[in-house]
Amino acid sequence: MSENYNQMWTELGLDLKAHEQLLGILGQAYQDIFLAQKNRPEGMKYFDFVMSEVHGLRIKELLDAKKQGRIVVGTFCTFVPEELILAVGGVCVGLCAGAEFGFAEAEKYLPRNTCALIKSIFGFKLGKVCPYIKSVDLLVGENTCDGKKKAYEILGTLHDKLYVMDMPQMKSDDGRSLLKVEYKKFQQKLEAISKRKINIENLKQGISIVNNKRKAVHRLNKLRAANPAPISGLDALLINQVYFYDDPIRYTDAVNKICDELEVRVAKNTGVFPVKTPRILISGCPMAVPNWKIPMIVENAQAVIVGEESCVGERGTQNLVDDSKASIPELMEEITTRYFKIDCAIFTPNPTRLDHILHMVKDYKADGVLHYCLQFCQPYQMESGIVENALEDANIPALRIDTDYSQEDAGQIRTRVEAFIERISR
Amino acid sequence: MVSAGIDIGSRSIKLVIISNGKVTKNISETTFDPLSVCKSLVKDFSYDKITATGYGRHLFKEHFECEVVSEIKAFALGAKAVNRACRTILDIGGQDIKAISLDQDGNMLKFEMNDRCAAGTGRFLEIMALALGCGIRDFGNLALTADRAAKLNSMCTVFAESEVISLLSKGAPRNEVALGIHRSIIGRVKSMLQRVAIRDDLVFAGGVSLNSCMVRLIEEDACAKVFVPDDPQLIGAMGAAINNLDKKSADELTGEIKYERE
Repeated sequence: MSENYNQMWTELGLDLKAHEQLLGILGQAYQDIFLAQKNRPEGMKYFDFVMSEVHGLRIKELLDAKKQGRIVVGTFCTFVPEELILAVGGVCVGLCAGAEFGFAEAEKYLPRNTCALIKSIFGFKLGKVCPYIKSVDLLVGENTCDGKKKAYEILGTLHDKLYVMDMPQMKSDDGRSLLKVEYKKFQQKLEAISKRKINIENLKQGISIVNNKRKAVHRLNKLRAANPAPISGLDALLINQVYFYDDPIRYTDAVNKICDELEVRVAKNTGVFPVKTPRILISGCPMAVPNWKIPMIVENAQAVIVGEESCVGERGTQNLVDDSKASIPELMEEITTRYFKIDCAIFTPNPTRLDHILHMVKDYKADGVLHYCLQFCQPYQMESGIVENALEDANIPALRIDTDYSQEDAGQIRTRVEAFIERISR
Repeated sequence: MVSAGIDIGSRSIKLVIISNGKVTKNISETTFDPLSVCKSLVKDFSYDKITATGYGRHLFKEHFECEVVSEIKAFALGAKAVNRACRTILDIGGQDIKAISLDQDGNMLKFEMNDRCAAGTGRFLEIMALALGCGIRDFGNLALTADRAAKLNSMCTVFAESEVISLLSKGAPRNEVALGIHRSIIGRVKSMLQRVAIRDDLVFAGGVSLNSCMVRLIEEDACAKVFVPDDPQLIGAMGAAINNLDKKSADELTGEIKYERE
């Protein structure tokens, strides 16, 4: 970090020693995993900078925004409509929860066999190392999987800003009505704490900002279809991770800039890996910062990741909100329509997810799919068999990996990934 | 071409040299210093190309000019070389269990491998044999003398060992406990085999295939024709050596590999 933020961190109530330890590990990992890559696009420098200031400058920005009377809203899920947060002048930050930190503390509240993501939410909170969770005016939980639902009950006793949104489980008319009602309640909650009303102008502006952010990511996705791949899967994942906490307008600009650069690469037929490099699509659970374990193993084994069917990836960013409507109820309806399409595994049944995976394999010319699950993530683990069978039936090789944030199984996973790459590269 | 393959496993390091269709071999314990063991193994041989596999493959590559393949591919290549009809491979080594299925041309299809737990592997059997005061080479034969198996419930090596001791202290016959130990790991192996689909011929390789009881139980439980090659623990190193050959030379070797008898 370029500046000393100790005072800011102390005021936020962080445990400085533990926090320094966390940043040390993070910095070293970032060096080894990202900066050591060859032939990175120049445009990644922006994201390197954002990452290096993730607990520094960005937090300062949030605190400055708060001083100007804006609210900061922390989220854990792609079902939380950022449009509404922006409409009331708020700042939306996705909380990361991608590291094995403070698990012993977390296990005082949670069973051992809880997924690493939920444990990490608790670990960061209890370990006093997350400046985001300390800065928020509202922390939004959502009743997606059973693990999260029950965990929010416990988190509510530890964090006084927690607000829980209910979620439908079926894509029926009733399910849709429930989501719409929940978004209406969320709108009212936001208006109450920000003391600002949503009107047609600020709502349209919010929609437009988020749509533009998504469009920029869609542009990046399309470029990754090129062979040779113009950008590594690791760097593309990082861009998808930064999506959740950077200033949306600045982020959109940075993504478009890197896309300009990648367009030149594609036109010149240059890339980060040779043309014959095996191409892998990742599908499954989200990879929150700093969970880079699987992509690192895959790309170190000389395959390239060309897409992520994931909440931190295309499941989270596909589809735009239609902003052509002229009234608040109609726009709220359009927001509901857009979010209700997210094919999260908490829905039963969830056939559009499978369609999306097959489309992505075709669009990004993937040679195989690595289905990634966090251990104890029941919805995605249950779907992994359905996905694997459907893919193999369509002659698309699939590899299922169930893991967590520890490095304990890295050697075994490496062997399996290398064998999978050998399988798809003939 | 003189082609070499080295398989750096958790318990032993295997070297295979193929020259004009003839195979020579060398095995050594892995020890605490696998790199030195590798160096002394290869220094007596000259070869044109070497491929490394096994958990120490990347370590080997840091010090030798070589190609690297996963154990899974190495076993697929090696099994095909010793049995032309092979469609399913089961490899149980020191710390891994792998089940691999092949298509008709010997290409790898699906594979399964243990990731977090080494129950049912060679090392598990070694520790159980030790608890019974039996040499690892006689362990399978001891188990086969039993008419019924003692019931073992634990898959954790430490708990299973205490279970064995407690059974013995209750007066359970040693051979029945031995059979119970073998039975306890078959379920796990079978489910891995079923996930890749079991087809004849099933090549059973890796050090654990030297255990007669394991072979018998897999034949009975997996209902497959089991083929155990000569020197089954060398199949990975053999596959690595075959990896150096062009397709034509490798095809010529298919099903033809015979060892030089010592």
